[in-house]
Amino acid sequence: MALASQKDFFSGLMFTAVGASFAWGATNYEVGEAARMGPGYFPLMLGIILSILGVIITFQSLTKGGPGGDKIGSFAWRPLGFVLGANLSFGALLVGLPSIGVPAFGLIVAIYALVFIASFAQPGVKIKSTLILATILAVGSYLAFVKLLNLQFPVWPAFLTN
Amino acid sequence: MELIENLTLGFGVAFTLQNLLYAFVGCLLGTLIGVLPGIGPVATIAMLLPATYGLPPVAALIMLAGIYYGAQYGGSTTAILVNLPGESSSVVTVIDGYQMARKGRAGPALAAAGLGSFFAGCVGTLIVAAFAPPLTELALNFGPAEYFSLMIVGLIGAVVLASGSLIKALSMILLGLLLGLVGTDVNSGVARFSFDIPELTDGISFIVIAMGVFGYGEIINNLSTPEEHREVFTGKVEGIMPTATDLKNMVPAVLRGTTLGSALGILPGGGALLSAFAAYTIEKKTKLKPGEVPFGQGNIRGVAAPESANNAGSQTSFIPLLTLGIPPNAVMALMVGAMTIHNIQPGPQVMTSNPELFWGLIASMWIGNLMLVILNLPLIGIWIKLLTVPYRWLFPAILLFCAIGVYSTNNNSFDIWMVAIFGFIGYLFIKLGCEPAPLLLGLILGPMMEEYLRRALLISRGDWSVFVTRPLSASLLAIAVLLLIVVLMPSIKKKREEAFVED
Repeated sequence: MALASQKDFFSGLMFTAVGASFAWGATNYEVGEAARMGPGYFPLMLGIILSILGVIITFQSLTKGGPGGDKIGSFAWRPLGFVLGANLSFGALLVGLPSIGVPAFGLIVAIYALVFIASFAQPGVKIKSTLILATILAVGSYLAFVKLLNLQFPVWPAFLTN
Repeated sequence: MELIENLTLGFGVAFTLQNLLYAFVGCLLGTLIGVLPGIGPVATIAMLLPATYGLPPVAALIMLAGIYYGAQYGGSTTAILVNLPGESSSVVTVIDGYQMARKGRAGPALAAAGLGSFFAGCVGTLIVAAFAPPLTELALNFGPAEYFSLMIVGLIGAVVLASGSLIKALSMILLGLLLGLVGTDVNSGVARFSFDIPELTDGISFIVIAMGVFGYGEIINNLSTPEEHREVFTGKVEGIMPTATDLKNMVPAVLRGTTLGSALGILPGGGALLSAFAAYTIEKKTKLKPGEVPFGQGNIRGVAAPESANNAGSQTSFIPLLTLGIPPNAVMALMVGAMTIHNIQPGPQVMTSNPELFWGLIASMWIGNLMLVILNLPLIGIWIKLLTVPYRWLFPAILLFCAIGVYSTNNNSFDIWMVAIFGFIGYLFIKLGCEPAPLLLGLILGPMMEEYLRRALLISRGDWSVFVTRPLSASLLAIAVLLLIVVLMPSIKKKREEAFVED
């Protein structure tokens, strides 16, 4: 079956699913009544409305849509993976992940990691210019955030400072 | 004239060389930090607050005012240049500001924001001075039912704002409202939707969602289009200052934005934010002049109006703070904190018991505004140079500042993980054609709306008719319904869709 709008079809499904899960989650809390609203009342109400809107969007998408069926298109996994990966490794290296035994490497190492991983989000990585950029950002951030603003960051790897 | 007397008193207190210097330093620091993507006024003030501890009270407040205006303007700068709203009230500035920057008109956009804000700040200061006492009474007439209805108007306004499908924008608002409810319920102390994660009991911060959805989502989407098709920026930058046509378009928009912002700012509860949204909505409803750029594609009015409105709004939001002692937003809450450190208890008594401070503060707000213009108009040239940095170099830097900004607001790596999640969600929204701006508004209003709904229904003993039987509330709801009808009317709907046809 051809959808008139693929984007709307899936966003409707998303809204319905999210609304329903919030509504379902809200029933775990005391709902109460209008005069004495419990913690579950408002989220239950919103969740139900959202899932109804989602259903309407999904149904509309079967008949109404832009030219070409509003195709979602393929996901850009490369930038998605590297951008989010850069972000996650920055966090992991900055403060460490004690649960899986990653020690805190501190700000400087984390910045180099972030810049290097992020640079792979585009084809045609130039190692030298990436290195220069990472160094500029590392020195700049150290001066601005650590020295000037006195923000509390672990700067160097924990096993070197102790 | 009492007004002139009061202002003279205020300026007498604030206008010393030393204080001007503090205002300048505050403004400079505020701008420099606020311009880093992802670090908004709240974070900036929080970072710099300790620097003012050692100063005398008036000097400290003047410096804070400088920091505040600097940071706010810095936030608008990133909104325009890199599509990242540093704070909630510049969410709408992003829409047209970023489009202007992409078309090589970042200079005029920044100048419009700066000049509009300055004008609005001047008017706001006068209004605070003249109307603080009588306007307090109006705000006192607002009960919970009125606040709830007012927020409905604000949210419907946001739907009108969003491009594309109405029903999808409504759904995004609801999604935002629901996300705003994550965290501890103030009434019962129950941690809702927190999955037993301690960090989630404080709720998901605005910064995390704004950065994830707007910043990361946009970066990923930009990177996924091949370099030659990428809609980042056109190479040439046309002029720094607005042209004569720009000015002609700007002036009425600034006037409308200022009026609206001054009026809405008095209402405690996100005055600056609501007024920015409302101002943009009104601009969009006015007819385009022949040859004018449509809204959403870089219309200068879409920058000037919300920027003046949020500045006027943040100025008049001092009225509830100074007269009722209620901080209307997070920044004001920090200001209250700063005042308490200096042994000043904000509230009705300040105006009578400590008039030097009260009027000195109002005068210092204006000085902060003035410094902003003096400092930033020359800096515009430097900011737009930023745009000539190749994207290959720019995006890792933005990612880094986002990560650092997110981490430093709470010193917690949990927020970094959350940004990654919302970055993915933001990319998903782009893929599914869902506009994220309404979501942010819902996110901020969620907890407030629940609270006012709860109070209104508690007072009426569960009777929903309270929203239509109270005249003020009923008229607000009527406005909301009217807005919806207007948007849904076939003729206008068609026009609206035409206006939003993708380029």
